[in-house]
Amino acid sequence: MTSIPLRIARLSWRIRLRGVSVTGGGLVLLALLMALNMRLGDIPLSVPEVIAATFDPGDAGHFVVMELRLPRALTGALVGAALALSGAIIQSIARNPLASPEILGITNGASVLVVAGVVASGSAYGGVSGLLSTLGVPALALLGGLLGALIVYSLAWRRGLDGYRLVLVGIGVTAVFTNVKFWLLTVGDVNDTGRAMVWISGSLNGRGWEHVQPVALALAVLVPLTLLGTCSLDALRFGDDTVTALGVRMNRSRSLMIFAAVLLAAVATASAGPIAFVALAAPQIALRLTRSGQPPLLSSAVAGAVLTTGADLIARTAFSPLELPVGVVTAVLGAPYLIHLIWRARK
Amino acid sequence: MSATAVVPRLHGIRHRRLLILVAMVAALLLGMVLSITIGSKSVPPADAWHALTAPSGTEHDIIIRSLRVPRTVLGVLAGLALGVAGALMQGHTRNPLADPGLLGVTQGAAFAMVASIILLGTSSLLAYIWFGLAGALIASVAVFALGMVGGRGGPTPVTLALAGTAVSAFLYALTSALVLLDEQAMDVFRFWQSGSIAARGSEVVWQVLPFILAGLVLAMVNAPGLNALSLGEDVARSLGQNIAMTRTVGVAAVTLLSGASVAACGSLAFVGLVVPHLARPLSGTDHRWLLPYSGLIGAVLLLVADVIGRVVAPPGELEVGVVLALIGAPFFVALVRRRKPVRL
Repeated sequence: MTSIPLRIARLSWRIRLRGVSVTGGGLVLLALLMALNMRLGDIPLSVPEVIAATFDPGDAGHFVVMELRLPRALTGALVGAALALSGAIIQSIARNPLASPEILGITNGASVLVVAGVVASGSAYGGVSGLLSTLGVPALALLGGLLGALIVYSLAWRRGLDGYRLVLVGIGVTAVFTNVKFWLLTVGDVNDTGRAMVWISGSLNGRGWEHVQPVALALAVLVPLTLLGTCSLDALRFGDDTVTALGVRMNRSRSLMIFAAVLLAAVATASAGPIAFVALAAPQIALRLTRSGQPPLLSSAVAGAVLTTGADLIARTAFSPLELPVGVVTAVLGAPYLIHLIWRARK
Repeated sequence: MSATAVVPRLHGIRHRRLLILVAMVAALLLGMVLSITIGSKSVPPADAWHALTAPSGTEHDIIIRSLRVPRTVLGVLAGLALGVAGALMQGHTRNPLADPGLLGVTQGAAFAMVASIILLGTSSLLAYIWFGLAGALIASVAVFALGMVGGRGGPTPVTLALAGTAVSAFLYALTSALVLLDEQAMDVFRFWQSGSIAARGSEVVWQVLPFILAGLVLAMVNAPGLNALSLGEDVARSLGQNIAMTRTVGVAAVTLLSGASVAACGSLAFVGLVVPHLARPLSGTDHRWLLPYSGLIGAVLLLVADVIGRVVAPPGELEVGVVLALIGAPFFVALVRRRKPVRL
């Protein structure tokens, strides 16, 4: 496959044409899905109606498109991109296709605090669920995610960071979080359990502009930074000795990339809950479509956005008036596609 | 090193390994005694012995024979099964993140049980278990078939692992969708997924026993082949190994072992995932020793965790799955930090 070298100052990248075409195709698909997302719903709109509603504040559909559908679709796309990017970084560093932000304790740390919050203040016992649901849950999720990652990271650090040890420590810490979460689910009233289950499945229901902003900000800062880091990420896939010999400051680059991955996943989880499977599947899907050696960052992000947006479209409209959490649909959509790709590659 | 120096050293290793094995069996017996005597109602060992050998229908006899013994036996069986299955799965996929659930067993069982509650209105534990077992078998056959696609010598590790994750995620999503739509199923599911060996009764033990015994035999048969495979598929082939056969036997063993224990005890993912990492520093990478070590450590861990769960939060009990993670994981993390991990 042809590729073009790109050099800026002391940094150089190899731009692979296949990667560019996959990313471009993904962006087109994403735009189509977003447009569909604007049209479909309880109040179906035609294309001219959507356009009128977008630009004319007095239009009847303005509220539906600009305050309900657009922020929700944007949250979905951005969260999907952030999760996938995070997953791609972690899979590269751990050199393991099964690794994902869950291994770093982010998603489960967030889930524990949120489930604890929901169960403790449960509506079934007349708690303060109103305030908690608007402000408390994202804050708890962000706190839990960062705390979880901090625990895993500091326990895994011992005279440097070893990808293998990180994974093993992550298994242990995640096991604690997961089981505490399960236990909390059995403690509470079954109604609270239901509400907590919706959150820990990942849902985009009722997401507004206030959910778009943090993820957009995180992506705007972190995407350029992680792209700068791809040079060292490419080197990190060799063995530790080779990496050192290549002159990469191993611990520093690993820590910086992991920090970026943690921030991306934590912010995404705070906005939409731990949407399952995107972080794991999107990099693997992008890897197989671009036929590269390790998960490509940009294509992974686009794949994650497409997957999440498509899944939310189905979650929102397929069983109307009933609405499923988007995290339930991402796996139903993503898993068969990943299986198809594995199938095709093996033939 | 000369040949005469190597032979005594090998004897030394063998001796040490046997000693460790004996110590583990002793620990398991101790764990069983604890599990039979300790609980919300403590039974003195003398009464427990009386109940086991010459029951006369006293209160202690009934507690021991109808509650504690089935619970202890199930704990031993499930611990053995999950530990061995975990070691097998990590060996076959050569991935430290692999657990028996990776074949789709756990989620297959969960989906089948939840679906049976919602669609057929199943409500007895004995019936759930048959559905769980069937779901586990179907899911793992599907994962194995996917991993096999186009492969000449059985499924490759990465393909098998990814196919397993994909199928598991798919089934988990379907299960959550069903559970979110049906409150009664949610109530069963949330207790199932936290994992427990309490209140299962001896019928359940007899139900899963043949599957677990068959799985343990298959696993030990599989050990030498797995040792050869860990040298790499090409080397294994040149050593005369039938790779497809070895993989198939291994997957069959994992399916039987984890399918049966998951159906009976719910999701106890921690045992299969962590125990092999605890056993590997003691046994090295030789699966003939790693498998029994993993099984015994799994059984001891499960029993001890269950006993702790009974006494830690009186008058209630903490599910064994929760206790396992709470006491096992810090121990595991400390071990990972202290030693250089034995890589697969």
